[in-house]
Amino acid sequence: MTDKATIVVHSGDMDKMYSALIIATGALSMGMEASLYFTFWGLERLIKGKLEKGALSSMHMFGLGKWMVRRRMKAANVASLEKLLQDFKELGGKIIACEMTMQIMGIKQDDLRHDLIDEYGAVGTYIQEARESKITLFI
Amino acid sequence: MADIKVDVRGETCPVPLVETRKALRKASPGDTVEVVGTHPASKKEIPMALKALGLKLEDIQEEEDVWKIRIGV
Repeated sequence: MTDKATIVVHSGDMDKMYSALIIATGALSMGMEASLYFTFWGLERLIKGKLEKGALSSMHMFGLGKWMVRRRMKAANVASLEKLLQDFKELGGKIIACEMTMQIMGIKQDDLRHDLIDEYGAVGTYIQEARESKITLFI
Repeated sequence: MADIKVDVRGETCPVPLVETRKALRKASPGDTVEVVGTHPASKKEIPMALKALGLKLEDIQEEEDVWKIRIGV
């Protein structure tokens, strides 16, 4: 069986979304399978139009910190979260959306980018993915 | 037998690795994939990925911070 990485994307912060997507696309690029389980604030980023809207996890400073970091990222030619997400899908990555989060936050399937989501699941789905994984992270 | 070129000069983590993998997935057996880039860590990491994927690193060169990796598919 192919090695696998499973990541819980709990945070919706911009920098943490980068960490999750870079690790996940990296795993796929190095021949592993990868699953992303989006829950809580992470799932909000899969709402249409919200992917790049996360704050910085620290030094956000009412958006000033994020603006500065984005400027530096642009100068360093860092890929957008949208590109990383598209690459993740193109390389065969799997996206799971947490149903309980949808219920708590009143998110409907229609609100989400349904085309990217492979499965709507709960903790059992995560455990099933994680038990087959060599790498599992909570971000 | 096609010769596929991937130009990731100026791109940073994880793009060189990801674009290499995307090209390799599209390549057919017998093709050659040539990746040109400038991101220093990718010069080490692309060969690591090739090893994990069981693919052949045919050649690796570097000249003035631009590296070139040839892969046999």
